[in-house]
Amino acid sequence: MENKKLVINPAWCKGCGICAAFCPKEVLAIVHEKVQLINEADCIKCGLCELRCPDYAIYIEKEGE
Amino acid sequence: MPSKLIEKTMRVNRLPHIWCPGCGHGILMRDVAQAIENCGLDPDKVVIVSGIGCSSRAAGYMNYNTLHTTHGRAIAFATGVKLANPELTVIVITGDGDATAIGGNHLIHACRRNIDLTVVVFNNNIYGMTGGQYSPTTPHGEKGTTAPYGNIDYNFDIPKLAESAGATYTARGTAFHVPQMIKLIENGIKHHGFSLIEGLSVCPTYYGRKNKKGSAVDMYNWQKENCIDAAKAQKMSAEELEGKILTGEMSRCEKPEYTDMYMEIIRKCGGDK
Ligand code: SF4
Ligand code: SF4
Ligand code: SF4
Repeated sequence: MENKKLVINPAWCKGCGICAAFCPKEVLAIVHEKVQLINEADCIKCGLCELRCPDYAIYIEKEGE
Repeated sequence: MPSKLIEKTMRVNRLPHIWCPGCGHGILMRDVAQAIENCGLDPDKVVIVSGIGCSSRAAGYMNYNTLHTTHGRAIAFATGVKLANPELTVIVITGDGDATAIGGNHLIHACRRNIDLTVVVFNNNIYGMTGGQYSPTTPHGEKGTTAPYGNIDYNFDIPKLAESAGATYTARGTAFHVPQMIKLIENGIKHHGFSLIEGLSVCPTYYGRKNKKGSAVDMYNWQKENCIDAAKAQKMSAEELEGKILTGEMSRCEKPEYTDMYMEIIRKCGGDK
């Protein structure tokens, strides 16, 4: 888990709220129509937000890649 | 700075895409890309063919050989590509209107031939691009700009339609249930014959607004609650299944494939010499 990082690309985010609504750990929120990390410490890097983001604006990056 | 998958499979300079906030098409397009990756295909040997409609914009974004064709004719173009060069993997991305109304005849006849195409229907239950007219998959009773008092047509069940017309692999997934959808597309690509995978999409802008379905998130919650894996459904009672939509592999069989039979005729007649 330590070698994974959650990355957000605000330029592509359309603020639909899907990632925040279905995050199992309430890590995300929509602030001024963009996704924001509100509770990064709880993120389990499950990648569900990446799978369901229609705009590819949030994803898990593996270190060394 | 996109993810590795997006960087590899999409034309990143064309992103963000044109689809509305929360539209299921973006999720389904990523599923197609992930399925192609999972199959380990050479991108140079993959062709994406689309028709017209919101769904069909996908061909502009995906970084493969792509063909954005005319309304309803994606399967006809794809048939030509496959016959000319059977070693290519040909994937059609189409919508409910494009595939079952304007292109309905192309669909049933391609099914009948069992030609090795993989057709992924992004079903948003409406004509989104042209402003919300009802389509052959708008559920009975639901509204569109052309059905302001409710649609009196009965809607198609697309996998059933394809199966009865001769498709040898049919399946249904949703935008919400991502790993299942990726697997269904992957299996469709691997299947040698005509494959049809319906992907239930989410159109918050037209279908959602016209039918008071709430926000995009509400519409995904609806899919989460109401779309049930067919394997799981076997353990549920008739009451529990009332109004539910079944997902998963719907049918599969083996039958000689069209381009194989066509090449065989060419060989028999000495056309390969
Ligand atoms: S990786 Fe999982 S836990 Fe972390 S933000 Fe995304 S959905 Fe939430
Ligand atoms: S799902 Fe994607 S586009 Fe929607 S709010 Fe989250 S990051 Fe933004
Ligand atoms: S009109 Fe509907 S289907 Fe078309 S892009 Fe917008 S939300 Fe998606």
